[in-house]
Amino acid sequence: MPAFLFKRLLNAAGVMLAVAFLAFLIFRFVGDPVELMLNEQASQAQRDELRARLGLDKGFALQFATFVGNALHGDFGISFRNQQDVFTLIAERFPATFELVLVATVLSLAVGIPLGVYTAIRRDSLPAKALQFLSVLGVSLPSFAVGILLILLFSVTLQWLPAFGRGEVVQIGWWSTGFLTPSGRRALILPGITLSLFQITLVMRLVRAEMLETMRTDFIRFARARGLKLRAIHFRHALRNCLMPVITVTGLQIGNLIAFALVTETVFQWPGMGLLFVQAVTFVDIPVMAAYLIVASFIFVSLNTLVDLAYAFVDPRLRDDAISGAANAH
Amino acid sequence: MKKHWLLAAVAAFALSGAVEAKTLKWGAAREIASLDPYSFGETFTLAVLNHVYEGLVRYTGDLKIEPALAESWETVSPTVWRFKLRQGVKFHNGNPFTADDVIASLARVTHESSPLKGNLPAYKSSKKIDDYTVEIEVNGPYPLLLNDLTNIYIFDKEWMEANNASLPTDAGKGVEGYATNNANGTGPFKVESRRADSKTVFVKNESWWDKPQHNIDRIEFTPITSASTRVAALLSGEIDFTNVAPLQDLPRLSASPDVKVLQTNELRTVIFAFNLKDALVESDVKDKNPLKDKRVREALYRAIDIDAVQKRAMRGLSRNTGAIVAPAIPGYVPKMDERLPFDLNGAKKLLADAGYPNGFSFLMNCNTDSLVNEEEFCQAVASMWSRAGLKPNLNMAPRSQQTPKRVKGEFDVISFGWANEPMIDAYSILVQVMRSKSGTGGVFNWGNWGDPRIDALTDKAGVELDNAKRIPMMTEALMIAKNEHLFIPMHQQPMAWAMGKAVEATVQASDNKPRLWLTRMK
Repeated sequence: MPAFLFKRLLNAAGVMLAVAFLAFLIFRFVGDPVELMLNEQASQAQRDELRARLGLDKGFALQFATFVGNALHGDFGISFRNQQDVFTLIAERFPATFELVLVATVLSLAVGIPLGVYTAIRRDSLPAKALQFLSVLGVSLPSFAVGILLILLFSVTLQWLPAFGRGEVVQIGWWSTGFLTPSGRRALILPGITLSLFQITLVMRLVRAEMLETMRTDFIRFARARGLKLRAIHFRHALRNCLMPVITVTGLQIGNLIAFALVTETVFQWPGMGLLFVQAVTFVDIPVMAAYLIVASFIFVSLNTLVDLAYAFVDPRLRDDAISGAANAH
Repeated sequence: MKKHWLLAAVAAFALSGAVEAKTLKWGAAREIASLDPYSFGETFTLAVLNHVYEGLVRYTGDLKIEPALAESWETVSPTVWRFKLRQGVKFHNGNPFTADDVIASLARVTHESSPLKGNLPAYKSSKKIDDYTVEIEVNGPYPLLLNDLTNIYIFDKEWMEANNASLPTDAGKGVEGYATNNANGTGPFKVESRRADSKTVFVKNESWWDKPQHNIDRIEFTPITSASTRVAALLSGEIDFTNVAPLQDLPRLSASPDVKVLQTNELRTVIFAFNLKDALVESDVKDKNPLKDKRVREALYRAIDIDAVQKRAMRGLSRNTGAIVAPAIPGYVPKMDERLPFDLNGAKKLLADAGYPNGFSFLMNCNTDSLVNEEEFCQAVASMWSRAGLKPNLNMAPRSQQTPKRVKGEFDVISFGWANEPMIDAYSILVQVMRSKSGTGGVFNWGNWGDPRIDALTDKAGVELDNAKRIPMMTEALMIAKNEHLFIPMHQQPMAWAMGKAVEATVQASDNKPRLWLTRMK
C-alpha cells in the first residue's frame, strides 16, 4: 500500500506539472494583462515598465520556472486585478463551490437512483418511457438555459427563491457555510438543481442499465423462484450489486462538478472558484488562472486516487489484485 | 393591559425605525477590482469607490467641475497651482483631513508602481504651505489638472503609515496590501463589510462634510455578471438598481410596472480607424496601401448605411454622429455632427476613381466584449462594405486577445471607442489616439494615422491655460481629422440603467457613473 500511495503521489505531481506547463503555453495566447490593468491615459513607457515589473517581458521558460519555483514554496503571487493573495482568493471561494457540489451530488444520488430503479423494473410502462425521454433532455439542455428557466419560474414569477448569491453565510474558521442559515439553504436550491440535472440523468441511466443487467442474472431468478418479495429482490439484492459503478462515477464526477461548476456559478452569481476563474480569464489575471488550474488538477488527481483506494477497499478481489500487483511490480 | 400597550408601542417604534433605514441594493455587472482606488486603471472601480473616497474636486451631475475637498484654487504661476483645503473634514476613522494627507496621497498615486500614475501625467511635485494650503507643481503649463484631480482620491496619511500602505500595491512583488481590503476615506459612505463577488456593504457617513442630497442609509453592492440573472433580480425586486441594464432586455424591463429604465447616450464615441502604414496587413493589394488614399476612405464612409446600423445592430438606441467626440466634450461643435450621406453608387465610383473598381481585401479587427453590440455593428458594416465591392475579412475575438494585435498594428480596419474619460476633454483623444507617436503622446496611435497639423495643434492646446483659446485649437484639430476622413465616425453608444420602485430618482450623467449620493429613495 505505501508503494501504491507513493506512486500515486508521484503521478499527481507529474500531472500538476504538466497542467502548469500547458497552462503557461496557453497564457501566451489569452492576451496582455497590462493593456487591461492600466487605463487609457497611461503612456507607452508606463506600459513597458509595468510589463517588466510583472516579469511578462521574460521568455516562456523563465516565466514557467519562476512560477514553479514560487509555487513549490506555496507562493502563487497576488492577483493582477484584485491585488489579493491568490491562495487566499481561492481558499475563500472553495467552500462555496464545495457546498454547491455536495448538494448537487446528494441530489443526483437521491433522485437518480430511485428513478433508475423504477425505469429498470417498469421499463415498458409509460412513465418510465417518459422519464427516459426526459433524461435525454436533461443531458442535452445546457445548464445556463436550465438555470435561467429556473430563475424565471421560481424567482421572478413565483418569488419563492433568490435568483443569485449565497444568502447569509456563517464563518467557521476559514470555512464559510450556507448550511446554517435559512437564506443560505434557500439559496442553494436553484443552483443545486441546475448543477445536478446532468448528474441525475447520468446516475439514472447508469442505474437503469446496471439493473437491467443484474435482473437477468441467475441469482435474481433464483431469488424470485424462492418467492422472495419483489421489493426485497429489487432493492436488497439487485440494487446493491449495481452500486459499485455508481460510486465510481459519482466520485469521479465530483471533480468534474468542482472544475466545471463555473457555468452554474456564473448564472447564479455563486461566489465560488468557477466565478473567480471566469473573471480571471476576462482580465487575463495570470496568477489566478495558473493557481486555479493547479488546484483543479490537484482535486482531480486526489479524487481519482481516493476512488481507486475506495474501490480496493470495497471490492476484496480488487484489493488482493492491487496489493499483489503492486508487490509484484516492485 | 397597559403593559401590552407599551409593548406594542415599543414594537411599533422599532418597526418604524427599521422601515426608515433605507437600503439600496445595487446589482452591478461586475465586481470592483479592489477597495484601493490606486489599484487597477478602471473607470467603474473608481466610480464605485467615489462613494467612499473623494478628490480635491469633483464633477457635478452635469459634468461640471466643482470644489470637493479643496474649497478654492488659483494658479500662482503657469506651472504652480495653489489649493485651499476644506476645513473640518474628517476621515471615516475620525482623523482630520489636512495638507499632509493630500501630499501623501499624491506621492502614492504618482509612485512608479502605481497603475494610476498615468491619470496625473503632468504632476511634478507638491508642497505644504500650511495645514490647509497645498501647492502642486506641474511639468509645464497644463490646462487639465483639475480634470485629472477629479479622479485622484485622498487617503489619510496616518492610516496609510499605520498600516504600511503608503506605497501602492505592486503586483510584481506579489505581496497583498492593506488598502486592498480596507478603506478609510472622507466620502458620503463608509465601507461596513466586503465579501468579494458576493456583497460589499456601504453605510451612510453621518459626519460627511457636505449636505447630503441623498436619503440612503445603506448600500448593498452585489456584482451579478450574468445579464439575464441581473434582469431577473430586478424584476423580482431582489435588487433596486443596476447601472448596466442589458439593451436586449429594455423592452421587457420597461413593460414591468415596478421597473423604471433610464436610457441615454454615453460619452464614448465609436469610430472605425485605419491602418495607414505603407502596406496593408492582409490584402490582395501588396505593393501599396489603398487606405492612404482619401477617396478610398471616403468610399468606405459613404458605403455605410448608418440608419440601418442604428436600427438593426443598435436596436435604435445609439446616437448617429459625424463627430469623433460626444457633444458634452469640450472641443465639440455642432457642425462636426453632420455625416457624409449613405451613397453606395458614389462609394463605388470613388473606389473606381482611386483605381480599385473591383475593390480589395483587408483585415477588419473587432472585439466581442468591448463596445455595445460590437459584433452586430461590425458584421453589419462588413456586409455593407462587401456590397460596395470591398472584401473585408472580419476577425472577431475577446478584447483581451484583440488588444495585443491592435497594439502591434496587425489590422487594416478596427472598431474603436473612446470616451475621453477621466478628463472629459477632447485633449484626451487628441494626445492619446490622434497624435503621432512621441515620448508622451500617441499611445493608441496603432495605425500610424494622424496629421502634422493635428500634432502641432495638440501640442499647443496642451500648454494653453486659457480655455477660450485652447478649445478652438482642439476643434480645429478635430475638424482636420474629419475633413481628411482619418476615421469613420459611427455613433455614441447607448447606456441604460434601471431601478426598482424603491428608488425615487437618481442623476444619470453621460459619463455612465452612478452617483448614489445624488439618489433618493421612496
